[in-house]
Amino acid sequence: MLHLFCPYCQELREEDEFHYRGQAHIVRPKDPESLSDKEWGDYLFFRHNPKGIHHEMWYHVSGCRRFFNVTRNTVTYDIYETYKIGETPAVTAKEETE
Amino acid sequence: MSRYSVFSLFKHALSHHENWQKVWRNPTPKDVYDVVIIGGGGHGLATAYYLAKEHGITNVAVVEKGYLGGGNTARNTTILRSNYLWDEAAHLFEHSMKLWEGLSQDLNYNVMYSPRGVLNLGHNLQDMRDIERRVNANRLNGIDGEVLNAKQVKDICPLLDCSDRARYPVLGASWQARGGVARHDAVAWGFARAADSLGVDLLQQTEVIGIRRHEGAVCGVETNRGFIAAKKVACVTAGSSSLLAKMVGMELPIESHPLQACVSEPIKPILDTVVMSNAVHGYMSQSDKGDLVIGAGIDSYTGYGQRGSFPVIEHTLAAICEMFPDVRRVRMNRAWGGIVDTTPDASPIISKTHIPGLYFNCGWGTGGFKATPGSGNVFAHTIAKDEPHPLAKPFSIDRFHSGHLIDEHGAAGVAH
Amino acid sequence: MSQKNRLAQGGRIDRNKVLNFSFAGQTYTGYEGDTLASALLANGVDVVGRSFKYSRARGITGHGSEEPNGVIQLGSGDSTVPNVRATQQELYAGLVSNPVSGWPNVNFDLMSYLGKAGAMMPPGFYYKTFMYPQKLWMTYEHFIRKAAGLGKAPTAPDPDTYDKLNQHCDVMVVGGGPAGLSAAYAAAKTGARVIIADEQNEMGGHLLTFDQTINGSSGSLWLAEIVAELSAMSNVKVLCKTTVMGYFDHNFLVAIERRTDHLGERAVSGTRQRSHRIRAKQVILAAGAQERPLVFANNDVPGVMLASSVTTYIKRYAVVPGHKLIVSTANDSGYLAAIEWSKAGRHVVGIADSRTDSDGALVAEAKALGINVWFGHGVTEVKGGRRVYTASVAPISVQGDRVTGDIQNYDCDTVATSGGWSPVVHLSCHTGSRPVWSDDIIGFVPGKALQAQHCVGSIVGDHQLADCINNGLETGSKAAAQAGFGEGELLVAKPSVEWLAEGKAQALFLVPHKKNISRAPKQFVDLQNDVTAAGIELATREGFESIEHVKRYTAMGFGTDQGKLGNVNGMAIAARSLGKSIEETGTTIFRPSYTPSTFGALAGRDAGSLFDPERYTAMHQWHVDNGALFEDVGQWKRPWYYPKPGETMQQSLNRECLATRSSVGILDASTLGKIDIQGKDAREFLNRVYTNAWSKLAVGKCRYGLMLKEDGMIMDDGVTSCLADDHFILTTTTGGAANVLEWLELWHQTEWPELDVFMTSVTDHWSTMTISGPNARKVLAKVCNDIELDKDAFKFMDWRDGTVAGVTARVFRISFTGELSYEINVPANDGMFVWEAVIAAGEEFGITPYGTETMHVLRAEKGFIIVGQDTDGSVTPYDMDMGWCVGKNKEFSFIGKRSFDRSDTQKTDRKQYVGLKTKNSDEVLPEGAQAVWDPKQAIPMTMVGHVTSSYYSAVVGRSIALAVIKEGHSHKGETLYFPLADGRVIEAEICDYVFYDPKGERQNV
Repeated sequence: MLHLFCPYCQELREEDEFHYRGQAHIVRPKDPESLSDKEWGDYLFFRHNPKGIHHEMWYHVSGCRRFFNVTRNTVTYDIYETYKIGETPAVTAKEETE
Repeated sequence: MSRYSVFSLFKHALSHHENWQKVWRNPTPKDVYDVVIIGGGGHGLATAYYLAKEHGITNVAVVEKGYLGGGNTARNTTILRSNYLWDEAAHLFEHSMKLWEGLSQDLNYNVMYSPRGVLNLGHNLQDMRDIERRVNANRLNGIDGEVLNAKQVKDICPLLDCSDRARYPVLGASWQARGGVARHDAVAWGFARAADSLGVDLLQQTEVIGIRRHEGAVCGVETNRGFIAAKKVACVTAGSSSLLAKMVGMELPIESHPLQACVSEPIKPILDTVVMSNAVHGYMSQSDKGDLVIGAGIDSYTGYGQRGSFPVIEHTLAAICEMFPDVRRVRMNRAWGGIVDTTPDASPIISKTHIPGLYFNCGWGTGGFKATPGSGNVFAHTIAKDEPHPLAKPFSIDRFHSGHLIDEHGAAGVAH
Repeated sequence: MSQKNRLAQGGRIDRNKVLNFSFAGQTYTGYEGDTLASALLANGVDVVGRSFKYSRARGITGHGSEEPNGVIQLGSGDSTVPNVRATQQELYAGLVSNPVSGWPNVNFDLMSYLGKAGAMMPPGFYYKTFMYPQKLWMTYEHFIRKAAGLGKAPTAPDPDTYDKLNQHCDVMVVGGGPAGLSAAYAAAKTGARVIIADEQNEMGGHLLTFDQTINGSSGSLWLAEIVAELSAMSNVKVLCKTTVMGYFDHNFLVAIERRTDHLGERAVSGTRQRSHRIRAKQVILAAGAQERPLVFANNDVPGVMLASSVTTYIKRYAVVPGHKLIVSTANDSGYLAAIEWSKAGRHVVGIADSRTDSDGALVAEAKALGINVWFGHGVTEVKGGRRVYTASVAPISVQGDRVTGDIQNYDCDTVATSGGWSPVVHLSCHTGSRPVWSDDIIGFVPGKALQAQHCVGSIVGDHQLADCINNGLETGSKAAAQAGFGEGELLVAKPSVEWLAEGKAQALFLVPHKKNISRAPKQFVDLQNDVTAAGIELATREGFESIEHVKRYTAMGFGTDQGKLGNVNGMAIAARSLGKSIEETGTTIFRPSYTPSTFGALAGRDAGSLFDPERYTAMHQWHVDNGALFEDVGQWKRPWYYPKPGETMQQSLNRECLATRSSVGILDASTLGKIDIQGKDAREFLNRVYTNAWSKLAVGKCRYGLMLKEDGMIMDDGVTSCLADDHFILTTTTGGAANVLEWLELWHQTEWPELDVFMTSVTDHWSTMTISGPNARKVLAKVCNDIELDKDAFKFMDWRDGTVAGVTARVFRISFTGELSYEINVPANDGMFVWEAVIAAGEEFGITPYGTETMHVLRAEKGFIIVGQDTDGSVTPYDMDMGWCVGKNKEFSFIGKRSFDRSDTQKTDRKQYVGLKTKNSDEVLPEGAQAVWDPKQAIPMTMVGHVTSSYYSAVVGRSIALAVIKEGHSHKGETLYFPLADGRVIEAEICDYVFYDPKGERQNV
């Protein structure tokens, strides 16, 4: 069971209190109508799914009801950081910084 | 391949079993293959077998980074059924079911296909509507199915608590008599042995680290044992599919999640059928060894760790105790996790890609085992002809752009 | 026969407390402090079970959680427990136990004759046979299943309860031996919160059976003192009889405490077992090491035991499990069994030591006692059926791979073996860390720690007591420091501990036989699964080269002991057979549970009504009192319908429907989700998440809205009302409430944080009752005098503040029935009061309570959809003919809009929402019936849609149905067919989905 630090509550809390909400930093297109079906489908359904560092959203459903981001290793399940929506992660996979 | 039978067993017993042939060779990789299949699980091995058997393509290698059948094939709860709601899925899984029915004889390997019946329980009125809808669709698609009321369910499965005591009482179920279980390891080994005997090279401990292209088209795979040239490359790697896609710059509509299962200690037979409940969220059967085999839920987060969160196991066992209160004193012997490749519509991807010579078969999520022979069969066709098998056509990756999803979530079909 | 193997004195048992118990129908006596195994051995019971494949007699071989044979059925009826290890079950008065195998009984088993056909049952034989013909497999399997399994499950629901405790600590210590106790002690002295757990009934581990001098006096004194001190510390929790079953991510451990299993079959009071869910800052694994047996021919015959188990039975339980002992060992520790046996006054025939020599202290002591020691020898075979009577001792090569000389046979009844000590790496494996082979220790040790984890004691190969204690203290203090307590300086003095000189151990797993492995008598590796050395060799010969393949092909390690005794031996045998080292061959991975864990303990209190919370409305008791039947909708219990005595369901529905249409009905609608939305951008927010436009909704007005997922499919619906320009109340479906709130928060917080909007769930704050029907206004007027109810003053789709029955209320004039309708919302605390007042006011109009089923009929008569019943996640608003509800000209591209333009949503043959009228007006289509144009076509048929809702409508006077049908909108008036499972084919005509009051006049009166 994961132990997540809620950046709003400023406490480590049990996974039971949270909902996972998938890949973080997906921005909704500003003008969806201008997108091709391919671009729109990519936005809707296609995900990074990396083995290693992953930026993802969690929701503190049984707590402060805030969404926040987590940088987690999908192999070891180590959590490197949690940060508020709108902030940028400090820990990133190599290729992302290229 | 020397044939297995009770007579061969007797003959070998006389020589203290010292002269059994190897089930498969351990070949060194050739320089070039017509087809390289990445992933030596059930689906990959079945693909290789049908390529050789039905399409005469025997210059084939199955490249496996670990040992054969060591991924989800070794980790699932072995449930077989074909009672899917949507026509596309129903036809595909029924194709598979028909292959199961003769598989032991076809492979000369007893995969212990055991049609002991599958119950999908309904616990509320909407469950029952969905069951009616699915069973009616199944029957008109030529797939066996019945809708049972609570009493009929109790008659089939006396262990199940069908009383009003339960928090969510059983109102009824769908029943597919031809559904059941098979022995998971035997499926991988049976396909492997049969494929090997047709000339397929099974390359274990061989990990693909790159996919090489020439003028846009695939020309082979880089492995930890060197480059292996191939005219066609087919990826059948379940939870690792996204990683292979990434090697050619593709992204897939797939997320890899931990899925857990557990077994009890072996006990005397108490459960003859497979019982599945989506609403209460537990499913269980009993193996020939006596273990209660229990499927747990999928973990919400993505993960490649082959382990999930313990609360998932706790919730599952609470569900099992709720459905089968007699087994509360029975004990869990072992819990484990696999990595399942889930798609947004809970249906698989069996598809060509925009890269010539590259094919993907993935996205089976929590329900891939039952599809093993059918998946291999239609995928082999897709690779051999370079065009989708008619049953595979709706499962193209394009559907995530066109919107033509086969949404088994949205409907009653239990996605396990 | 009374405890013939019990010594006159000694042991950690209470001889004043004599306990009667039974095994296989025979009664025996034992003492408090005994395990079932020690008591059986005290009484000279040799055979406790039959093996699963060959039906060979089996006896107790170990003394703890490793025991593969002593697996029994405890008790009977609803409180029986299958597969209890006799070595872990504490004896209590009246304990009833039975073997799990053997027919007609465990001493004389007919199946053993079949077992003699073992040559036909090599590993994997079933993969090679029983194939022809396919249909006979089910018959074969029937018999295979009958023979399988160990004990029996209870035949009635468990009468006991279980619970869970969430624990948080700074340092969690697993294992209460000298290393673990020392670690806990040093950590606790820093003030850190410490939990120490041990699976045995008392702390002490190795010190319970082997007394070494500590600080100049008995080790047991040190033990008693440290346990007493730990138990007295307020920052320490000492958990005996508690098995840490799993070690999970982020230092989360689960420990199962057996609270009453030592007292009786059933928990007399309180919970039977408790699951401790422990979140620890630091974890210390001090789980010790497990002795390995040596593998040799017929090593499964009763009387063959682990050397440490022999010692344990003598020292801890004062039981000598035989008369004449031979020890076969590859290390010093095996000598202890002979020493204690000899000291107990029984005969030691000799010690076969595979090594050439040893200068260890125990070796010297054995020699001093005059015990024969045969260096360079091993026991290669024993003979016996229900008990060993002869052991063959032979000289073996230095490498331990062949017999080098003549075999001597010695009479004996007990053979104790020690092949070395395997660290208990299981918990470390659970975290995903692969164990590492160590040639020094001759065993797998925990791999690199992946969490805040430390290992100490014999789990890392430290067998010297001094090392265990000193390293334990240091590890405890270090772990505490890492958890933020102390500087890592040891706050307690290290004791002086007697040093025990030890000779080097030999890596021996399989004692060679003069015949090769495939021809020697069976050499058992995994006793519970009848896996033999020959079986493992055969697996590798057949090409199963991965250790995981070997395990799976032979079933090695799949038993209830999870291969605690056999796995390392099996891996060594496989490695040798493959010509590889053990390091190269590797190990399989141990998984939770360390020992089997009771389902109930893992489920805890989540059973019956607590399995999932039951949610009730404020008026629930009224519904109960008035005979309602209930429907589960999400977690809610909703009144389904209110049958009167003698009524069928259909009669009740007809009555409820007609009363509402002709006078007035009342529905408890409190379960609908209610979300309060405020902020100056609330309107804009609604514009984005709903399909329709909200910019112009005036204060005091209500509007129906459709919510889509981004893929364009309908997700939820409900009425939203404008309370103020910056304040709205949004309703959701009953089941969708929580999801919708999370969904709205998602969009607001992650995409549009710039919008000034706040939302909160107020579902439970309000009780909602809907009065519906032509007399609704009259009823309301009787209990509401501060809202002008005139049809022009309070219009359809308006809402008003006021009081109802004197209680502050919001009244919404909205309608899900098509009748004149008011939805009265009052604070939930007043819900029952107002409900009863409205019922009283409605009495003169025959006000009729109706449930969800009537609600469904009434709305279906009007063609109103129910999301989740008439939709399924694959339909758009256009499919449902609800284009009127889509604001095509809204500035913002609302959620889901773009998806309408994809080729799939644009295609013309989508399924569309229609009504159906059966040809026979009394015939009600089953919901879920599938539609075809041509019922005579061959299977598989082309299906064009299905029935989503279907009822008999009393007011329309016929059956009505709703459906989604391909291109249904353009096929009105045409006939569809519905072939059913029972062979009937129902014929129905596609019609409009509004069956009653198509102009919608009744709700506007």
